Amino acid sequence: MENGYNGRIARINLTTGEVRSEELDLELAKKFIGGRGLGTKILYDEGVATAEPLSPENKLIYITGPMTGTKSPTAGRYMVVTKSPLTGMIASSNSGGKWGGKLKYAGWDALIVEGRAEKLSYIHVEDEKIEILDAQEYAGMRSEQLDEELKKVHPECSVLNIGPAGEHQSLLAAIMNDKDRAAGRSGVGAVMGSKNLKAITVSARRTVIPAADEEALQEASRECLRLIKENGVTGGGLRTYGTAVLVNIINNTGSFPTRNWQESYYEQADDTSGETLRETYLVKNAACHRCPIGCGRVVKIGDKVVGGPEYEPLWAYGGNCGVNDLNAIDEANMWCNEYGLDAISTPCTIAAAMELYEKGCISEEECEGMPLEWGSAEAIVEWTKRMGEGRGELAKRMADGSYRLCEYYGHPEISMSVKKQEMPAYDARGIQGIGITYATSNRGGCHVRGYLISPEVLGLPEQLDRTAVEGKAQWCKIFQDLTAVIDSMGLCLFSSFALGAPNYAALLNAGTGTDYTAEELLTVGERIYNLERLFNKAAGMKPEDDRLPKRLTEEPIKNGPSEGMRSRIDVTLPQYYEVRGWENAFPTEETLRRLGLTES
Amino acid sequence: MNGNREKGMGDMVEVRLFATFREGRGKVCYLDAAKLVKASDVLEVLRIPQEEVAIYLINGRHSSMEDRVLDGDVLAVFPPVGGG
Ligand code: SF4
Repeated sequence: MENGYNGRIARINLTTGEVRSEELDLELAKKFIGGRGLGTKILYDEGVATAEPLSPENKLIYITGPMTGTKSPTAGRYMVVTKSPLTGMIASSNSGGKWGGKLKYAGWDALIVEGRAEKLSYIHVEDEKIEILDAQEYAGMRSEQLDEELKKVHPECSVLNIGPAGEHQSLLAAIMNDKDRAAGRSGVGAVMGSKNLKAITVSARRTVIPAADEEALQEASRECLRLIKENGVTGGGLRTYGTAVLVNIINNTGSFPTRNWQESYYEQADDTSGETLRETYLVKNAACHRCPIGCGRVVKIGDKVVGGPEYEPLWAYGGNCGVNDLNAIDEANMWCNEYGLDAISTPCTIAAAMELYEKGCISEEECEGMPLEWGSAEAIVEWTKRMGEGRGELAKRMADGSYRLCEYYGHPEISMSVKKQEMPAYDARGIQGIGITYATSNRGGCHVRGYLISPEVLGLPEQLDRTAVEGKAQWCKIFQDLTAVIDSMGLCLFSSFALGAPNYAALLNAGTGTDYTAEELLTVGERIYNLERLFNKAAGMKPEDDRLPKRLTEEPIKNGPSEGMRSRIDVTLPQYYEVRGWENAFPTEETLRRLGLTES
Repeated sequence: MNGNREKGMGDMVEVRLFATFREGRGKVCYLDAAKLVKASDVLEVLRIPQEEVAIYLINGRHSSMEDRVLDGDVLAVFPPVGGG
């Protein structure tokens, strides 16, 4: 095919061992693009919304976008779409590295994995050939070592795998690829573990994806590359400091959740910042497939050289646990990658456990020699390892996330989560718009489903007042819709610091032969967002699931420059439903009709 | 940090510098508030070209170059940087 797609999807049934090649429905692809959009459509149509997440009835879809593997800048992304065991709702976790591009070059747009293998297995894709192979000898192996072992068997392959956390079905388990890239959130690694699937290796001979209009794609890509290079964030800032540069920015706005969101300004934040990382442990930067931005960090820990932390783990292990030991944070982050754990939810759960310990809910004995004290560098490293291994009663409980942990101790309000998934590193009391993103994200507490930090803090594309309420609902909708497009095309969200909807339309049209205007493309994003909501409704979501933890609405910020502020989600949420055309958290019939979501 | 701009904390202004602005200037400078009127004066003293500044916070609030600087204010100045 010459339209960005391969036109083929592999359906792999692990129960029967059957592997089938199916044709991609191009009409559907036009309506939902690929990646996150098309993956959700397939999952929804196949009735997975009502399946038990860790049962053979759940399906795991590894899906690329039409731009994945093309020459467009940042075109190396793929999505894992499944029903989340953490939230019980839609999961779509994005990752970069090389694996997604490889899968595309091998000739597949997506792999749909069904059923459950009898024994621990792995899938090997070598161009059109797909085999299910025995993985029992790799049981319990950590991610990095497994990557190396599988490369000995299949030289030149790219490896996606789960570590021990996925095998013991921790609800915080991530799927790792290319050693340190992660489809991190919503427990997608546990679904893989429940299917007895340890890894997927991909080898491909081809290295090009033909576009509908090569010349137009080259032209559009050149323009995007120019914008990315000229933009201060994508052209320099991200490469030099990584996402970690946010530590000081967010802290100086007094919106840096500290000690499990009990405070919002961390005096020692600079010890864990991108600037300090650069001066101390940074070895070099790293980039995903076809990415001119290169925000990745490579750091040294003793004499090991490993993938370094993003802003999120720097915050979550740092300020949120009251820890300012950068080396310990690097190490804890490395253990997340090694065991295959979500590097946001894992440290956030440790922070919640520290608050439970402080309040006397978790006892000294339960800690088995490693007290969960605020600021303990030893504790963040040790508890990450225990959670990764599932070692000990308390660690096992923690490995299922802060919500279940805090509920067990009778204090669900201590879990700083939405839809049972931990919220990331921006306090929605000091930054009002991001609270709408958190509350309404279809996959639970998450910042990358509508990154309002960009206008509210970074001033991109324009500076909004972070404390204002008016107009934020509309901004949130546009950001959510555009993000759904970018995630479905197979591009990295960070490109959007420099690019806007017209650029994405130009890339997509050249790649696939569509003729979307920027506005029409945003409607496709809106369709995807609404479809995810329909999935959640079918999965049993209730209107009250669109809520923020009480701490954000009832406890004003105690310290720092945002002292006294609280979230006004009570005002913004109804405004948001209004602009979305939703009633009681769900799309109205009229909205569904307008978006072409009524049939099937 | 003091969120209240009316209550002076002394006659100094604390200027926090980040990312590339630290090169050759250090992490923090204290300037005499009496010699400063507007936010842009601070940049002049520090020899930071206005067009290189992406985020300018006064006591944690985004501010413009024309905003007044008062005793005890804490300023934070960033070049274009970001993440997610
Ligand atoms: S900006 Fe960073 S995360 Fe995105 S594709 Fe580039 S290197 Fe990967």
